[in-house]
Amino acid sequence: MRNINANVFKTLRQVFAISAAMFLLRHGNIAAEEELTGKLVLTGSSTIAPLASELGKRFEKQHPKVRVDVQTGGSSRGVADARKGLAEIGMASRAANDDEKELKFFTIATDGVCVILNKDNPVQALTDEHVAKIYTGKITNWKDVGGNDAPITVVNKAEGRSTLELFCHYYKLKNSDIKAHVVVGDNEQDIKTCAGNANAIAYVSIGTAQSDADEGVAIKLLPMNGVDATVENVRLGKFPLSRPLNYVLKSEPTGLPKAFIEFSQAKEQYDIVKENFFVPLGK
Amino acid sequence: MNDLNAPDATGHSLRASGCSVRLADRLATVVIWSVALAVTAVFVWIVADIVVHGYKEISWAFLTEEPRKAGRAGGIWPILVSTVLILAVCIVVALPLGVGTAVLLAEFTPIDSLFGRLVRRALDVLAGVPSIVFGLFGNAFFCHVLGMGFSILAGGMTLACMVLPILIRATEEGFRSVPNEYRLGAAALGLSRTSTLFRLLIPAAVPGLVAGLMLGFGRAIAETAALIFTSGYVDRMPESLMDSGRSLSIHIYDLSMNVTGGTRNAYASALVLVVLLLIINSLAFWIAERFLHRRIVVV
Amino acid sequence: MSRWASDFILVWILRALAAVSGVIVFLIAAFLALESFPVLRHVGIAVFFTDNGWHPIDKLYNLSPMLLGSLLSMAGSVLVATPLGILSAVFCQYYAPPFLARQFRRLIELLAGIPSVVYGLWGLVVLAPIINRIHPPGQCLLTGIAILTIMILPTIALMADASFASVPKQFTHGAAALGLTRLGTLRHIILPAARSGLFTGVILETGRAIGETMAVLMVCGNVVQVPGSLFDSMRTLTANIALEMAYAHGDHRSALFVSGLILMVVIVLLAVAAEILSKGQIYE
Repeated sequence: MRNINANVFKTLRQVFAISAAMFLLRHGNIAAEEELTGKLVLTGSSTIAPLASELGKRFEKQHPKVRVDVQTGGSSRGVADARKGLAEIGMASRAANDDEKELKFFTIATDGVCVILNKDNPVQALTDEHVAKIYTGKITNWKDVGGNDAPITVVNKAEGRSTLELFCHYYKLKNSDIKAHVVVGDNEQDIKTCAGNANAIAYVSIGTAQSDADEGVAIKLLPMNGVDATVENVRLGKFPLSRPLNYVLKSEPTGLPKAFIEFSQAKEQYDIVKENFFVPLGK
Repeated sequence: MNDLNAPDATGHSLRASGCSVRLADRLATVVIWSVALAVTAVFVWIVADIVVHGYKEISWAFLTEEPRKAGRAGGIWPILVSTVLILAVCIVVALPLGVGTAVLLAEFTPIDSLFGRLVRRALDVLAGVPSIVFGLFGNAFFCHVLGMGFSILAGGMTLACMVLPILIRATEEGFRSVPNEYRLGAAALGLSRTSTLFRLLIPAAVPGLVAGLMLGFGRAIAETAALIFTSGYVDRMPESLMDSGRSLSIHIYDLSMNVTGGTRNAYASALVLVVLLLIINSLAFWIAERFLHRRIVVV
Repeated sequence: MSRWASDFILVWILRALAAVSGVIVFLIAAFLALESFPVLRHVGIAVFFTDNGWHPIDKLYNLSPMLLGSLLSMAGSVLVATPLGILSAVFCQYYAPPFLARQFRRLIELLAGIPSVVYGLWGLVVLAPIINRIHPPGQCLLTGIAILTIMILPTIALMADASFASVPKQFTHGAAALGLTRLGTLRHIILPAARSGLFTGVILETGRAIGETMAVLMVCGNVVQVPGSLFDSMRTLTANIALEMAYAHGDHRSALFVSGLILMVVIVLLAVAAEILSKGQIYE
């Protein structure tokens, strides 16, 4: 009698232990996710801000107790705030500088950069050498590169912008050598300047330019070394000029920031990345 | 008999001076009407641009939904709420402070006192501080030092600082222009200065007060750079004054300059802002007229 | 000394409120000084006027072309907007039929509230291409002055309008009784009577003009150079701060605050000039 009881109890205990283990295995992760609460503050690049904002909204829907607040202020501010702990995650639309090697950078998307002209400009393509000479003021009239007899209006970006640094690095120029007629801040300012001036040349994010050109804005994107400037080509790695869009943290992320970073990089969110005209990391 | 054509002591004839005076008067009338027409034309040009590009997007859904796709789709309802809240904080802080300072400067300070002159010049300096410096200052002081973080409260208080000089100087002018006879009469009747102020001078100074209010409101609703760093960028419905909330002008800026494909909704938002402004101005005018029992403008 | 206690309390409340306004200016100045300190400690103040160009990444900090840009755009817009604004107010009060005057005033009040972004956008998309057809690049000092004029006109117009409305009726009646023409009444009676309001209006509009950031950023071209003509692109100190603050750190960021500090010094000088001009002249 006692032996049967002992065996029954032993079996019951084993069954109980296995069921509990299965229960925890199945529901344990969900319980950990449902417990995500708190506020996440991101500051930094205004290029990344709309993307981060939309990612944050979708994240909030999946985790109702979480709030994701996105603020702007520029890439430098994002890095500085992350360093000082004023924001959990900083946003920087560039790779890490030499003095930022101790911070953790996580890329969530990439952004290509291409040269644009006004739609009515007959010039269809420019060699790298031409572009460099135009920007340093050695070529000043469109007729020298096969266009109309009109002075070129050179549009440059403001100092410190990562697009400018990328541009200078690729064409091997120094910013102080560039002779610009107009200096702009945001991408849309570039595009609107080019659209309103038949003789302007500028460089912008490919996604932005492609979307605006599709909507009928009077610009056209120039190919670089024979490769067409499309978001697809940047994704395939064929297009030479591109920059990373990064989340910056002071140290290895845990908890809520870690969950959000993984969420932003996940394949399910590629549609948001594409919707904002950037290039997702994977296929 | 006077000969109209004969020169008088100054060398002018009566007829000639009469003619030239009338000619100058007519010329002035032409010039002034042309200026008014030119100003109207420019205004119509700008507003027509906004209307033409923006009216297609305006709908009930646009006014009451939340923004989607970074503002390219959906509506602007949370942003409208945030804007109204920011303006409310700004006015609640700026109005007593502003009118109070103006009254002090106009009524209780001798015209050449050092305190009065210092405050007046300090206000002139404040009026010239760039909006972006206000934004950076507001961020450092209200958001970090006072610990409000990115919030509607911080934004409203920064705006109040910006609006203060306009409000104070315009109101002060309003008080200065009230004839002294009013004050002397009140003193002769034995009224306390407090009574004189609230029952006589404030109603009489209403043209200046309203001008200050209109200019102040206008500046507040139009401000962008100061709010980006203080009340922030978040376009969610704010749940309290300590939440971050985007104002309409920031939304317009983001859509037109930062978000790809947002230009149409930027114009639509601008249109909504113009209409909102019309409503606020009319409301302010009506309140001032109704509660101060006086026709404010002479026309 | 007043007999009523309420007066005594009132005066002290008002003095406290006024002091708050003064304290804000002091706080802002202190903030600018604090943030400018790092770069001033490294390179001193002279380089901001003598360096070879503005290339903060290469440690060159010459601000003078931008200071000149700010001053030129301010002066140009104030010179154009003041007569236009005063004449608009004159129209509103003395020349227009009552209905038209009310609508015109509402129009100007609306102009006062349109965001600088909208003005900038209009300038970028409508005005700059037009000026570009006259002389490239279209985004230049002239466009900047035009946009600024439109933006500050409501300030002077509304202040002038309120001042004219406050001129006592006896003045205009007396002038009419003496047989003065409308122009004569304006020149010799009304404008002098309203001069303190007009002066305040000019100060407020000048402040707005020199402090405007977003609109000039979008239409002036932002090239750091001394503009040789009205059609040359130029950058103001305020646009400089807005353009580069987002991506500046360290000494570059401090240098931007120095430009804010210099701007504040200019404004203080203007205010002092206003004080000297108005001494005894404006207030009776």
